[in-house]
Amino acid sequence: FRFPSPIGHISTCPSLIGQCCKTHPGSFQEELVIRPLHSGDIYASFQFRTLWDTDFLQEGQKVSHYRLFPKSLGQVLSKFSVRELHISFTQGFWRTMQWGQPFIPSPPGAELWVWFHDTVSDVDGNWKELTNVLSGIFCASLNFIDLTNTVQPSASFKPLGLGNATDHRFLRYATLPREIVCTENLTPWKKLLPCGSKAGLAVLMKSEKLFHSSFHSQAVHIRPICQQCSSKAWELRQTLNVVFDLHTSGQGKKEWSLFKMFSRTLTEACPLASSSKVYVDITDNPEGELFELSPATPLLGQAVVLGDRRTYSVYDLSRAETFGQLRSFNLLLRWKGDSGDMLRPLLHAERYVAGFGLQTGEIHTVIYNNHPYRAFPVLLMDSVPWYLQLYIHTLTVTSKSRDNKPSYIHYQPAKDRHRPHLLEMLIQLPPHSMTEVTVQFERALLKWTEYTPDPNHGFYVGSSVVSALVPSMVAMRTNFTQDQPLFSSFVPVKEESSYFVRVYTEPLLVNLPTPDFSMPYNVICLTCTVVAVGYGSFYNLLTRTFQVDEPSPPLSKRLANLIRRMRGVPLLT
Amino acid sequence: MAAPLTLLLIVAVTIRAVLFRSSLAELISARVEVVSPLNAWKRVVEGLALLDLGVSPYSGDVFHETPLMIYLFHFTVDYAEIVFIVSAYFVDCLSCFLKPLDRAKMFRKQKYALESDRYSADCLELLRSPKEMFYIPLKVAMFYLLNPFTILSCVAKSTCGLNNAIIALFIFCTLKGSALLSGILLALATYQSIYPLTLFAPALLFFLQRLYIPVNLRRSSFWFFTLQYAFMYVGSLVVITGLSFFLLGSWDFIPSVYGFIFSVPDLTPNIGLFWYFFAEMFEHFRLFFSCVFQINVFFYTIPLSIKLKEHPVFLIFMQIAIISIFKSYPTVGDVALYMAFLPAWSHLYRFLRNIFLVSCVLLACSALFPVLWHLWIYAGSANSNFYYAITLLFNFGQILLVADYFYAYLRREHHLTHGLYLKKKDGTEATLVLK
Repeated sequence: FRFPSPIGHISTCPSLIGQCCKTHPGSFQEELVIRPLHSGDIYASFQFRTLWDTDFLQEGQKVSHYRLFPKSLGQVLSKFSVRELHISFTQGFWRTMQWGQPFIPSPPGAELWVWFHDTVSDVDGNWKELTNVLSGIFCASLNFIDLTNTVQPSASFKPLGLGNATDHRFLRYATLPREIVCTENLTPWKKLLPCGSKAGLAVLMKSEKLFHSSFHSQAVHIRPICQQCSSKAWELRQTLNVVFDLHTSGQGKKEWSLFKMFSRTLTEACPLASSSKVYVDITDNPEGELFELSPATPLLGQAVVLGDRRTYSVYDLSRAETFGQLRSFNLLLRWKGDSGDMLRPLLHAERYVAGFGLQTGEIHTVIYNNHPYRAFPVLLMDSVPWYLQLYIHTLTVTSKSRDNKPSYIHYQPAKDRHRPHLLEMLIQLPPHSMTEVTVQFERALLKWTEYTPDPNHGFYVGSSVVSALVPSMVAMRTNFTQDQPLFSSFVPVKEESSYFVRVYTEPLLVNLPTPDFSMPYNVICLTCTVVAVGYGSFYNLLTRTFQVDEPSPPLSKRLANLIRRMRGVPLLT
Repeated sequence: MAAPLTLLLIVAVTIRAVLFRSSLAELISARVEVVSPLNAWKRVVEGLALLDLGVSPYSGDVFHETPLMIYLFHFTVDYAEIVFIVSAYFVDCLSCFLKPLDRAKMFRKQKYALESDRYSADCLELLRSPKEMFYIPLKVAMFYLLNPFTILSCVAKSTCGLNNAIIALFIFCTLKGSALLSGILLALATYQSIYPLTLFAPALLFFLQRLYIPVNLRRSSFWFFTLQYAFMYVGSLVVITGLSFFLLGSWDFIPSVYGFIFSVPDLTPNIGLFWYFFAEMFEHFRLFFSCVFQINVFFYTIPLSIKLKEHPVFLIFMQIAIISIFKSYPTVGDVALYMAFLPAWSHLYRFLRNIFLVSCVLLACSALFPVLWHLWIYAGSANSNFYYAITLLFNFGQILLVADYFYAYLRREHHLTHGLYLKKKDGTEATLVLK
C-alpha cells in the first residue's frame, strides 16, 4: 500500500510486549470508505478497529483495567470462553447485481455466530446465556435465538482469526431474519467505541439519516489475531455499512456530500485514534471526467480488495490542514457525466419459493458464476426451520440444464420443535453459468400457541449462505501489514490467486396453514361430544339387555290403583 | 366360485395398474386422507435416501416406519407397486378364505343349538343357510378389492396396505387354529402399529372356544392356555424388536415410531379426531388429553370381550373398527379393512336401524373431504373449521355404523334364544328396547 506515513502515528512495539501492555495496551483505528455506485447511490462503510494485547482466556489473569476495549464485551468474552464472536444487524437487502460486493456482507435481520474455546464443556448452556447477555447489550431481541433456530455448520463458517480448530461442535450459528434494526440498536453500538459518538468519524452517525437509507448494517466482529505473530491480541472491529438512495434523499441532483448524507460534517479526529482516515473510491474516475471531488487532496492510495485493484483519494483526519479554515471537513462529490456499465460481480445468488397452496412448496436457490472461463466450487449452507419439512430425496442440482452432483453433502434433518434442518453442499459451478438447487418441502400445522401474533404475515426462513474462494483478476496480498486500510484486511487471505467471498440470499417468507384461533373451547367440546357419542352407544349396548317393552300405566290409572290399594279393593289391570 | 373370483381379481389389477400409470397417482399420494405421517410412501423414500446419505432415518422427524420396513423396501423399492398390489390381494384372499372355515363351524353350532332347544322354534328364518352363505367370500373380496378407499390407498403406496395384509393373515391363522402362527403375526401387527394389541383378547377367546376350554378365571386350564398364547405372542414381539435393534444398532426407532404414535406431535390434518383437537389444546392439558384419547382405544377391549365372549369373530370386527376410528393417525385404508367384513354380517340387515343415514353420511363426507381441503389450502376461501367439521361427521358416521351393527348382532342373538315374534303379556306384538 503506497502511502506516506502520517505524522503522529502511534505504533505498538511488538518486541517489548510486556512493557507495551503496561504503557500502550492497544490501539484504535477508524476509517470511512465512500464508494459511489453506478446507479447514482452512494455506499459509505465505517470501520473501527480496537486492538488489545491481552489474553482474556489466560488462567489466573483477571482483566480489570479496560482502556480502549469496551468492558461489557471483555467481560462477555471471558465469562463465556468465547474465541470468536460475529454479530450483525441489518435492515434491507444488499443488491449485489446493482451495487457490487460489499466489504463485509451481512444477511437481513440479525445474525450471530460464535466459536467457543475448546475448554467449554456445555456449549449449549453458554450459547443460551451469551445470546441473552448480548440481547441486553445491544437492546435487540436476541433472546429469540434458541435451539430451534441454531445450527452447527460443519464447513461454512471457519474461524476468521487465529487458531486452526476444526471441531464444529464449538461453533454456533443463528439468524433472526425478522429482526428490525433501529436507533435503539445503534445507540449501544456507538457506546462501544472509545470516543463514543462525540469525536472522530462517529459524529456522522446520526440515526435520522442513517435509517433513511436503502441498506443499513451494523456489526461487531471480535477475534484473536497475531501481531506480527509474536503475541496474541484481541481485535474488535465495528463496522457500519450504509447505502444512501439518490432519489429518496431529495433534490434529485446527482450530488453527494457528507452533510447531505449524514447531516453533519467532521470537525476533528478521535484523539484516542492512532489513525483516522476517509477514503473515496475514484477508480472509475481517473481523469475526473465522471465526478468532481472537493476538497482536493494530494494523497492517493491503492489497495487490492475483492479481487480488484482500486484507487482511493485519502483524507487524513489526524492532520489539521484537512479541516481547512472553517475547522470543518465536508466532502463533496458532484457528478458530471453518466457512468458506464458496471462490472458484473463474479458470484451472485438468489432464492425464492415456488409452488402454490399451503400444503407443499419448493425452495429454489439460483447461483450465478459470471467468470468467463474459470469454474470454482462454492459451499452452500441452508438452514430451514423445522416446520417446513424438507425432503432430501427431491434435492436436484442442475447447471446448464444438466445434473450437477455435489461432491460433499452434510445434511442434518430437523427434529420437531428441537432443531432446524441444516444442509451444506459443495457445488462446482461451471464457468459463465447458472446453477439451480431445488428441494421440496411440506408445511406443518403448528399448535395454536406456536404462531406469532400475526400468523398470516408468514414465517421467515433465514438467508442461505454461499461461501466461495473466487478466482481473482489481480494478485492478492497474503501478508498483513499494519498500515493496510481496514477494509482490505478483514478477511485473511491465504493464497494470491483467489479471495474469499460470502454471499447471502434473500430470506424467504412462507405462509403456513393456520387453525382457527378463536375456537379452542369449541373444538374441545365438539370432539369430546363425538367421542362421547361413541362411548355412550357402546355403553348402552354393553350394559343393557333387550326386554319386551311393557308400557307403564298412565298416571291416572296409577293414582286410582293407589287409592284402591288403600281401600283394599281389587286393582285395575 | 372360482370364475367370478378370477374375474374380480383381473378387474382389480386392471384398475390399479391403470391408476398407477396415470397422473392421478402423484395426486393421490399427496392426499392427506389417504396417507398419514406414519405410512406415507414419500417418507419411506425419504428414509431410504437418508440412509444412503449416511444419516440415521430416525434422527429427523420425517420417517416413522419400523426398521423391518426399511429391510423390506431396501430391496423392493423399485418394485413397490407390485408389493402393494400383492399385499392387497393377500387381504382379500385371506378374508375370503376365512369365510368357508367359519361357515362349517357355524353350521355345526346352529345344528347343535337347534337340537338342544337353546334356540327357540320360530327363529328358523334367522338361521343362515348354506345357499346364502355361498357368495359371501366373493362379496368380501369384492368389498375389499373394489372399495374406492382400498384402491386409493394402494395407488398411493401407503404402507397401510401392508399393515392390513398382516392383520388379515393373523385373522386367517387364528381361524385356521394355529396358535403359534397367530401369535407371531399378531406380534408383527403390534410391532407395526401398537393398536392391534387389542386383538389379543378376541384371538385368545377364539382359541379357547375352539379347544373347548371354558372361560372361567378359576379354571387352571384357562390360565394354562392363556399363558401359553401370551408367551408365544410376547416372545415373538421381543424377537422382532431385537431384530430391529440389530438393523441400525440403536434403539432410536422406539421413540420415533411408538413415541410418535402415542404422543401425536405431528398435527398434519387427517380424517381422525386427534389433529385439530391437539392443535387447539391448551398446553396445560396436553398430557391429560393425550392419555385420555389413547386409553379410549384400548378401553373397550375388556367390556366387549366379556359381552361377546361366545362370538370372537364379531369381536375381532368390532376391535378393528374401534382401532380404525380412534387411532391417532387414521387413513381411509384402515376404514377399508373393517368395511371388508361387512358382507359377512349381511344377515343382520333386517335389524339395522340407521343404515341409510349412515351410508349417506359416509358417502357425502367422502365427497366433501377433497372439496373442503381444496377450499382451505388452495383457494383460501374456507378455513380449517370446514375440514374439521367433515372430519367430525365422518367419524360420527363410522361410530353409528359400528354401533348399529353391534345392536343388530345382539338383537339377533336375543331373537335366536327368545323367538322372533315376541308378544307382550296381553298378546299384542311387542317392541324390544334396551333396558
